[in-house]
Amino acid sequence: MTVTPSKAGSNAPAPQDLVTLTIDGIETSVPKGTLVIRAAEQIGVQIPRFCDHPLLAPVGACRQCLVEVAMPGPDGELRTMMGPPGRVKPQASCTLPVAEGMQVKTQLTSPIADKAQQGVMEQLLINHPLDCPVCDKGGECPLQNQAMTNGRGESRFQEVKRTFPKPINISAQVLLDRERCVLCARCTRFSEQVAGDPFIALVERGALQQVGIYEKEPYRSNFSGNVIQICPVGALTSADYRFRARPFDLVSTPSVAEHDSGGAAIRVDHRRGKVVRRLAWNDPEVNEEWITDKDRFAFHYANRPDRLTHPQVRDGETGELRPASWPEAFAVAARGLRAAGRVGVLTGGRLTREDAYGYAKFARVALGTNDIDFRSRPASAEEEQFLASRVAGRGLGVTYTDLERANAVVLLGLEPEEEAGTLFLRLRKAYRAGGTRIFAVAPFTSNGLRKLGATVVKAAPGEEVPAIEQLAHDGELALDGGGVILVGERLATVPGALSAVAVLASQTGARLAWVPRRAGDRGALDAGCLGSVLPGGRPLADAGARVDVGAVWGSTVPTVPGRDTDGILAAAAAGELGGLVVAGVDLDDLADPTAARAAVASAGFVVSLELRASAVTEHADVVFPVAPVAEKPGSFVSWEGRVRPFEKVLEGSNAVPDVRVLAGIADELGTPLGFQTIEAAAAELDEFASWDGERAADPTVAASPAAPAPAGSHRLATWKTMIGDGPMQDGDPAYHASGPTPTVLVSAATLESLGAAVGDQVELSTDTGTAVLAVGVADLADDVVWAPTSSGGVNLGRDLGAGAGSAVRLSLVPAAAPAVQEAM
Amino acid sequence: MITDETKAELREIAARYPQPRSGLLPMLHLVQSAEGRVTAEGIEACAEILGITAAEVSGVATFYTMYKRRPMGDYHVGVCTNTLCAVMGGDVIFERLKEHLGVGNDETTEDGKITLEHVECNAACDYAPVVMVNWEFMDNQTPESATRLVDDLRAGSEVRSTRGPRICTWREAERVLAGFDDGLADEGPAAGPATLVGLEIARENGWKAPEGGQQ
Amino acid sequence: MTNVLTPVLSDNWDADRPWTRESYERSGGYQALDTALRMQPDEIVALVKESGLRGRGGAGFATGMKWGFIPKDNPNPKYLVVNADESEPGTCKDIPLMMASPHTLVEGVVISSYAIGAHTAFIYVRGEVLHVIRRLRAAVQEAYAAGHLGKNIHGTGYDLDVIVHAGAGAYICGEETALLDSLEGRRGQPRLRPPFPAVAGLYASPTVINNVESIATVPSIVRNGAEWFGSMGTEKSKGMTLYSLSGHVTRPGQYEAPLGITLRELLDLAGGVRNGHKLKFWTPGGSSTPLLTDEHLDVPLDYEGVGAAGSMLGTKALQIFDETTCVVRAVLRWTEFYKHESCGKCTPCREGTWWLVQVLARLEKGQGSEEDLDQLLDQCDNILGRSFCALADGAVSPIDSSLKFFRDEYVEHLRQGGCPFDPMASTLFSPVGATA
Ligand SMILES: Cc1cc2nc3c(=O)[nH]c(=O)nc-3n(C[C@H](O)[C@H](O)[C@H](O)COP(=O)(O)O)c2cc1C
Ligand code: SF4
Ligand code: FES
Repeated sequence: MTVTPSKAGSNAPAPQDLVTLTIDGIETSVPKGTLVIRAAEQIGVQIPRFCDHPLLAPVGACRQCLVEVAMPGPDGELRTMMGPPGRVKPQASCTLPVAEGMQVKTQLTSPIADKAQQGVMEQLLINHPLDCPVCDKGGECPLQNQAMTNGRGESRFQEVKRTFPKPINISAQVLLDRERCVLCARCTRFSEQVAGDPFIALVERGALQQVGIYEKEPYRSNFSGNVIQICPVGALTSADYRFRARPFDLVSTPSVAEHDSGGAAIRVDHRRGKVVRRLAWNDPEVNEEWITDKDRFAFHYANRPDRLTHPQVRDGETGELRPASWPEAFAVAARGLRAAGRVGVLTGGRLTREDAYGYAKFARVALGTNDIDFRSRPASAEEEQFLASRVAGRGLGVTYTDLERANAVVLLGLEPEEEAGTLFLRLRKAYRAGGTRIFAVAPFTSNGLRKLGATVVKAAPGEEVPAIEQLAHDGELALDGGGVILVGERLATVPGALSAVAVLASQTGARLAWVPRRAGDRGALDAGCLGSVLPGGRPLADAGARVDVGAVWGSTVPTVPGRDTDGILAAAAAGELGGLVVAGVDLDDLADPTAARAAVASAGFVVSLELRASAVTEHADVVFPVAPVAEKPGSFVSWEGRVRPFEKVLEGSNAVPDVRVLAGIADELGTPLGFQTIEAAAAELDEFASWDGERAADPTVAASPAAPAPAGSHRLATWKTMIGDGPMQDGDPAYHASGPTPTVLVSAATLESLGAAVGDQVELSTDTGTAVLAVGVADLADDVVWAPTSSGGVNLGRDLGAGAGSAVRLSLVPAAAPAVQEAM
Repeated sequence: MITDETKAELREIAARYPQPRSGLLPMLHLVQSAEGRVTAEGIEACAEILGITAAEVSGVATFYTMYKRRPMGDYHVGVCTNTLCAVMGGDVIFERLKEHLGVGNDETTEDGKITLEHVECNAACDYAPVVMVNWEFMDNQTPESATRLVDDLRAGSEVRSTRGPRICTWREAERVLAGFDDGLADEGPAAGPATLVGLEIARENGWKAPEGGQQ
Repeated sequence: MTNVLTPVLSDNWDADRPWTRESYERSGGYQALDTALRMQPDEIVALVKESGLRGRGGAGFATGMKWGFIPKDNPNPKYLVVNADESEPGTCKDIPLMMASPHTLVEGVVISSYAIGAHTAFIYVRGEVLHVIRRLRAAVQEAYAAGHLGKNIHGTGYDLDVIVHAGAGAYICGEETALLDSLEGRRGQPRLRPPFPAVAGLYASPTVINNVESIATVPSIVRNGAEWFGSMGTEKSKGMTLYSLSGHVTRPGQYEAPLGITLRELLDLAGGVRNGHKLKFWTPGGSSTPLLTDEHLDVPLDYEGVGAAGSMLGTKALQIFDETTCVVRAVLRWTEFYKHESCGKCTPCREGTWWLVQVLARLEKGQGSEEDLDQLLDQCDNILGRSFCALADGAVSPIDSSLKFFRDEYVEHLRQGGCPFDPMASTLFSPVGATA
C-alpha cells in the first residue's frame, strides 16, 4: 500500500519553484518568474538598462538590455533565438522570464549582444545634448555611466540633433529638459502605476515623442519627486535642487523621514553643514524605493531664520525674552518649575522615541506627575484607553508586507494618501496586484480612495459608529482573520468609534493597526508619553507595572491618573497646574487653538523646548533650542510598530537633543534623569522587556448620535492634506506651489443651491470666523462639506473654531463685477 | 464651444463600447467636427466623460495625424507623397498646389477654404497619383486636374469623389468618422476601373475559381 | 486552359450595387452563414485549419491555428477584431474589397466570431477612407436589419454585435497589439508579448485579430470546403488571394489569383511595364518587404517562394518601378515614412529612423563618401531585429535590399554630387521615354 504523504501538519515551507539556467557560462538557479536581467544581477552581471525598473511593470522599450538567448528544443539541443531570416535576435532581458535550461550570453560573452547594446547606446546618444557638465545628474547618471562602460568611444552621428526649448515646468517643483529624455517612460509609468496620478503622459509620436502634461494642468501628485529620482538621465530635475550641487560635493547619510508614521527610509545629502536634498532610500520592507514629496522636499524648516540657536529666559524687568547661558537657563527653568508646584507636560509629534522617553521619565521622576500627553490634536479618553489596550508597547504588528497579503483592508478615520503616504503606495500596490480589496468608512470617495479602488461605506462625520458596526456583517467585505483594520487618529473624536473598532476586531479576528499621522506618535506612546501608559505599554493602573518601571528608574511612579492635552491646558488656565513643559506643539493643531493660546499665555510658568520661534515660545518663561532630526541620532516607530533608527546627519552641528535639555533641568531639580544622551536613553528604554501582564481593557463607550446640522448649515468633515501648512513644511515655495488649491468640497446639489460652479470662491463660516476657499464637488451627503484642516493659510480650528463634525455655513463669494461692460 | 448637445453625443459614443475609453478616437473626431480642430475644451470634455486625465487625452490626441491642432479649412486636401505616388507625380502635384494656393504643408488658405497637406500611402496605389479631399478618393490626378480640383472646391462648385459621393466639408466628414451617418453610403460607384481590372480580364477569358464542393 | 485568375472575393464586384445586402444575397451571400451556424464552432475552426488559410495581413500565420489558441476555460468575453488599417505602402486590397462588397467581410465576421465564441466584434478601419467607412457601417446596419447580426442570429440563439471603429491616422495601428491599444482609446503603441492577444488581448480578454482579406475569405471556405480552397495555390500557400499591382504598369489594379502566380504572369495580364520602359525594382508585399528586381520575375508569389528569394510575400502589394525611378529617392521617401510613423516607443526605431533619414537625404544629394554606405548598412544592422516590433524591420528592408542590388546607383549619386535622375521622367504625365 502506498501512503500519500499528507501536507497538513507539515510546517516546512513549500520548496520554491526554482529554475536553473546559465548566464555567461555560470549556472544559477532562481525562482520561477525571475526576469533574466535580475537573474544576471544575482550572479554579479550587470546588464545595462534604462526603462527597466524593478517596481514598475516591464515594458522593454529602450532595448538597451539585449542579450543573446538559446533555449533547449524538444530534443534537448540548444537553439539560439532567431529573428529576421538567418539573424540571431537578441532578447530584451528585462522582459524575458528565465526558463529551465536557458542559456544567456550577455555583453560579456556574446559579441552579438555587445554590438546590439552598443548600437542602442549610440542611438540613444545621437539626440542627447551631452551637456553633462551642466546637468544635475552628471556624476550619478545611468546614461553617463553606461555610455562609459557599454558605449562606443566616438559617435558616428554627424547630422542634426533634435532640440527643444528648455526646460519646461511640469509642476512648480519638477522641471523637464526634453532633449535629455531617453523616453524610458519610467516617470509616466510610475505616475500611472505606482501613484495613480497620470498627469504626465507621453505625447506626440515617433522622434517627436516627449513627456508632457496637459497645457492647463500641472503634474500634481503627492509623490512627484520620485520621478526625478528614477529618471535615468537628467531630464527631470527639482526646482529646489537644480544647479545647487554636484554629486561629488555631497555627503550622503541614510535616515528616516520625520513627516508621517510611515517610517520611510531616506537618504539625506548635505554639503557644508546644510542639507541640500533628500532622496528615497531602498527599504523593501517599508517604503520600497518611494517617498512622499513631503518627505523629499520639506526639510528647509530647520534652516529658517527663526531657528532658535541659544537658550532664552524671560527678563523680569522688561518682560522680554533675553539670551541666557545654558547653566542659567537650566537653573531658571528648574527654579520656576519647582515654584510652580504642579506641572503638566505637552509633547508634539516631532519627537523621536528616545526624546519622548526623556519626557515620559522627566514627567514622572522630575515633576512627579502623570500629566503628560503626546496627542497635540483633538483626542479623547476613549482613545487613550484604546491605545493602552490595543497599541501601546505591542511591538511589530501588521506590516506593509502583510497589507499585500491581506484579503481585505478596512480604513477607518484614515485617508492614506494624505495622512500616511508610504502606506498609501503600498495599499495601491496591494490593490493593483488584485488580491487585496480595500474598504473605507469615509464621508466621500476621495481621489486617494478612488486610486485604491476602495469600496466606500459612506458616513458623515460623527456617524461612523453604525457604519463600523455594520462592517462585521458586511457580506461583500466578509472580514475575517485574513483582513486588516487600519484606524486613523481622527477616529478619536467620534464617541464610541474606537470601542466599536475593538469589537469589530474581536468579532472578525481581523488584525488591527493604529495609524497616527505623525512620525513621533507611536514612539511616544511606547515610551510612555501618555498619562495612563508607562514605558513599554505598561498600564499605570497596574501595580506590577509600576514596580517594573520604578525598578528601572530607581524611584516610585506617581499613581494619580494624568490629564490629557485639553485637560492639562484647562488646568493650567484654571491655575490648577502651575506650570507647563511644552515640546514642539503647534497650538493651532489642538482642538481649540484659541483656548490653548489663552491657556499658555495665562499659565504660571512655561518651559518651551523648540526648534523655531512659535506661539508657545512667545509666552514661555524659558526657551530651549533643540536639535532637528538631521542634527541628532534617534529613532521613530512606524505605524507598524517597527523601530526605525537613524544616525546624526550633520555631524558638525552642536544642537542638543531634547533629552539633553531635560537632563539639565532634572539635574538642577535634584532629580537626575539618569541619562544625558540619546544613546543612553535608548539603552535604558531597551531595558524594559515587553510587557506580558494585563493590559487595559478595551474602551466601551457608547455611540452618541451626532447632532444634525442646524438649518442652513452643513456638518464639516476635515483632515489635513499632505501638502499644507505647518512649521515643518516651511521654506520651499516650489513645494507649496505644487500642492492642491485649498478647496471646500460639497455635493452636487449643494453646489447648485449655492449657485456656484466648480472653482468659484465660497465663504465658509461659523460664529467664530470665516474663510474663503475654492469650491469643488464630491459624492458627499448634501448636509456634509469637506475642507482641508490647515492649508493655504486657512486653519479651520484657529480661524473658524471648527473641527470634524462642527456646523459650518457656506455662501458664494460674488465674482468681482467685470471692469468694463461689454458693448451690446 | 462644446455644447451640451455635443457632450451628449460624446457620451453616446463612449456608450457604444464595452469599455467607454474605447470611444476616445471617435470622440476626438466628433470634437473636430464641432470645433474645427482638437481644442482644449474638447480635450477636457473627453477627459471628464471618460474619467481620465486631460494629459492622457492629450497623449492620444497628439499621437494620431488626423487630429489637428490648428483650425482647419473647409476642405482638407491631402496629396499622397509616399514613394509610389511621389514617383508617379505626387511630388509634382504637391509642389504645384503649394504654389497655386500660396500655402505650405499643413497650412490653410487665407479664405479658410483649403488646408493642404502631404499624406502617406492611402491604400489607393493602383490609382496613383492620388489626392484625398476630406478623406475621399480623388484618383489618378495630374497637376492640372489637381489645380482644377482645388479651384472648384474654393469656388463652391460641386466636386465628386472618383470613388465616392459629392464632397462634403471636413467637419461633416469628421462627424461620419465619429460614427454619425450622413446617408451617403449608396452614392458613388462600387469600384474604380483599377479595382475591376483583374475581374474584367477573368471574365474576358472565362477564367473562374474552381467549382465549390457546396457543403 | 487553366484559370490564371480565380475571382472569388472579387467575383461580385461588377454586380449592380454590390455593396448592398440585396445584391450580395443575390450572388449567394449569407448562405455560408446559414451553413456555418448549423455547424459546431469547433468544426468551423477545424475546417479553416484544414483549408490551410494563412493570414493575408502580411505575416501569413495560419488562421485556423490562431483561432485554436483561444482558451476555452477563460471566463472573459472573447473578441474578434478585424484589422482594416491597411496602411502598408503599396497595399491597396482591403479598402477596395470593403468599398465594393462590405457584406463579404460582415459575413466573414459573423462566421468567424461564431467559431471563436465571440459576441462582440470590431472592424478597426483606418480613418482616412471615409467612403469605405460609410459602406461598412451601412452594411452592418443592413445585416442587423436582416437578422444576420444582433440577437438570435438566423434563429439559432447566437448573438453578435459588430462595431465599425474609425482610426485616426497611424500606420503602427496596423500592428495588431498597437491596434488593440488604439482600440482601447490609447496611444497606438505595441504591447509586450506574451501575453498574446489570444490569451489577453482587447480588455485583457481572449482576442483574435485577423486581416480583412483573411476574414472575408472564410465564407468562401465554408461554402466550398477546405479541399476546394486547397485546390488553388501551392502546397504550403493555399487558396486564392488579391494581388495588387501598382506603379509603372500598364493596367494597375487588383488581380485575384491562386497563390504562387509569378510577377511575370501578372505583368503579362497587366499589359507589362508601361510602354517603352522596363522593370527596375519592385516590392512583393509592400515597402516593408525587401525589394526585388527583374531577376525575380519568375519567383512564385507565395510565402515560401518569395522567402527563398530573400524577401517576403507580405501583403502581395506589387509596386512596380521602371528604370526612370531613382532608387535612392524611393528609399529615402520610404524611410521618411517609417520615421514619420514610428510610434516612438523603442530606441532603435525612434532614433534609428531619425538618423537614417538624415544620412539618406545627404546621400541623395550626393554628399558623403562610400564609407557612409557601409555605415548605413551598419546602422541597419543595429536596427533590424533590435526593435520592439516589426515596423523598424520594415524600415530597413528597402535600405538593405537597395544597397544589395543598386549600390552602384548610390555611388553614382556621390560621384555626380547629386541625383542623376530626372524626377519628371518617372511621372505618369511625362513625355513618353523621357530620361535624364
Ligand atoms: C508595422 C506593422 C503594420 C501592420 N499593418 C497591418 C495592416 O495594416 N493590416 C493588417 O491586416 N495587418 C497589418 N500588420 C500585421 C498585423 O500585425 C497582424 O499580423 C495581422 O493583422 C494578422 O492578421 P492575419 O493573420 O489575418 O494576417 C502590420 C504589422 C506591422 C508590424
Ligand atoms: S523624463 Fe526621464 S524618466 Fe521620464 S521618460 Fe524621459 S528619461 Fe525616462
Ligand atoms: S531595460 Fe530592457 S528594454 Fe529597457
